[in-house]
Amino acid sequence: MPPDYTKKLQSITMKSTLLHQARLKQQIWLDMLFRGLTRTSAFGVLVLLVAIIVSLVIGSMPAINAFGFGFLTSTEWNPVTDEFGALVPIVGTLVTSAIALLIGIPVSFGIAIFLTELSPRVLRRPLGIAIELLAGIPSIIYGMWGLFVFAPLFADHFEPWINDHIGTLPMLGPFFSGPPMGIGVLTAGIILAIMIIPFIASVMRDVFEVVPPMLKESAYGVGATTWEVVMKIVLPYTRIGVVGGIMLGLGRALGETMAVTFVIGNAHELSKSLLMPGNSISSALANEFTEAVGDLYTSALIELGLILFFITFVVLSLARLMLYKLGKGEGQTT
Amino acid sequence: MLTLYTRRRIINVTGLLVSMLAMAFGLFWLCWILLTLLTHGLTALTPAVFAQMTPPPGSDGGLLNAIAGTLIMSLLGTLIGTPIGIMAGTYLAEFGQRGWLAPVTRFINDILLSAPSIVIGLFVYEAYVIRVGHFSGWAGALALAIIVIPVVIRTTENMLRLIPNTLREAAAALGAPQWKIVSFVTLRAARAGIITGIMLAIARISGETAPLLFTALNNQFWSADMNSPLANLPVVIFQFAMSPYEDWQHLAWAGALLITLSVLTLNILARILFRQSATTH
Repeated sequence: MPPDYTKKLQSITMKSTLLHQARLKQQIWLDMLFRGLTRTSAFGVLVLLVAIIVSLVIGSMPAINAFGFGFLTSTEWNPVTDEFGALVPIVGTLVTSAIALLIGIPVSFGIAIFLTELSPRVLRRPLGIAIELLAGIPSIIYGMWGLFVFAPLFADHFEPWINDHIGTLPMLGPFFSGPPMGIGVLTAGIILAIMIIPFIASVMRDVFEVVPPMLKESAYGVGATTWEVVMKIVLPYTRIGVVGGIMLGLGRALGETMAVTFVIGNAHELSKSLLMPGNSISSALANEFTEAVGDLYTSALIELGLILFFITFVVLSLARLMLYKLGKGEGQTT
Repeated sequence: MLTLYTRRRIINVTGLLVSMLAMAFGLFWLCWILLTLLTHGLTALTPAVFAQMTPPPGSDGGLLNAIAGTLIMSLLGTLIGTPIGIMAGTYLAEFGQRGWLAPVTRFINDILLSAPSIVIGLFVYEAYVIRVGHFSGWAGALALAIIVIPVVIRTTENMLRLIPNTLREAAAALGAPQWKIVSFVTLRAARAGIITGIMLAIARISGETAPLLFTALNNQFWSADMNSPLANLPVVIFQFAMSPYEDWQHLAWAGALLITLSVLTLNILARILFRQSATTH
């Protein structure tokens, strides 16, 4: 080979390795950039949570300084004299959510059993979708429907009956007597129940579906009835997940705003009867926040928001931990 | 005295009957709510709803400014929230195998997913509205974006995890750098699922009322200025439905029907899209 050819070849290979190295460097750099970008976005979620907590704490500082822990136990809510206490909305939030769970858990359990064990195959998908659509309807629609359709009906037909039959009982009586207004804590609880049933039912259905078919089939094989399979095989196997789903529904119910605001009546009074109007944290915020004058009033409302966030944070954390635990157990057994 | 066998059968039939009743109970509310919406909404849904502004009580009007405001804010909220959500979801699925960041983010994200939306509104009020000094459309879009992010993160991660590893390995064996593998192979393969997630997120925010109360507020007139209070359907429905004026209540029903129909359509479309992509794979 003539010497000038060798030289040319050498320079070409040199150039190409240099080019190759440069491109490799560029790709490595792009890789780092891409990874960094996604990492920053993921980190942003944490920053968001911290920012929410910090800004709520800063916003509620005036109220915390003014009322201290007494804020949690006082029933006072007087914008004129600037005295605020959170007990009424906190109790309202807890009571409405409790009513919602009381009605919602058995119904969602039934729906989940129906969808996983009983429904004919053809109906399984459409019915499941219908329940999920019920979960997709915006909460303001539930609230409006509750105010215009459900509350009047409830006042005319159910509340007189409740007054006459349950209101006269010795122990329960005081909780179920009052003027039949249609609007009140009980109505809010029922509307909330209708709202959270689809959430809980679809989580329960998903959870029931992780039960290995072999377990169920062996139970059927030794002669168990469908009901026995559900209660003695499916439910024990998925217990953690079922509780997690219920807590998830509870988280929804606690923070729900519009469905409650329409029908709870917005009265800052603590009354024994569930038929009387009350207030919840979220509906107090929705109704009063934009009209609140004065720093202390605004700050007291923000502190209410902080309390709500704290309660739901705890409930939702527990729910997630339980659902993760079920997911892990599933991995081990299969 | 019943035999054990008969007792077990009776319990079984009762239990199953009760669960069937529960299913009927659930569907009953869905039908009832949709039926009322249709009867009240359809009579109120006139062409004027789409052509005129929200009226003062006692005169004719429509919901044009509110519809436009909702569309603008939902669009901006989605545009702000989606890229962040997809990036973070990609990190969780593709890069987050080691270290503390991914599990912690996943946990926090799952909590934000069902955190009370009214608190998000409070946060944006504290962090943005107070600083700027007035309610604005931007604040509303920001609050909606914060609701979009967790939904998109969750679906993006779930969808990326469905992509088989052999696909990533094939791309890596050809010498593709990781950013190319993720953005041109895995994200592209998971495209339909991710779009489904975005649609579900849009469906979720288009009916959200609580976070808009303290951020976008409301505006009775036509406005496309994002730095001023912006009319939007949910808040208008809230205000009109709570009012004692009958014509306002009619408009509220029309708005409620519009929102529900669009949310349900988005939900169903998302499902169809996802199902189609699942069958073609």
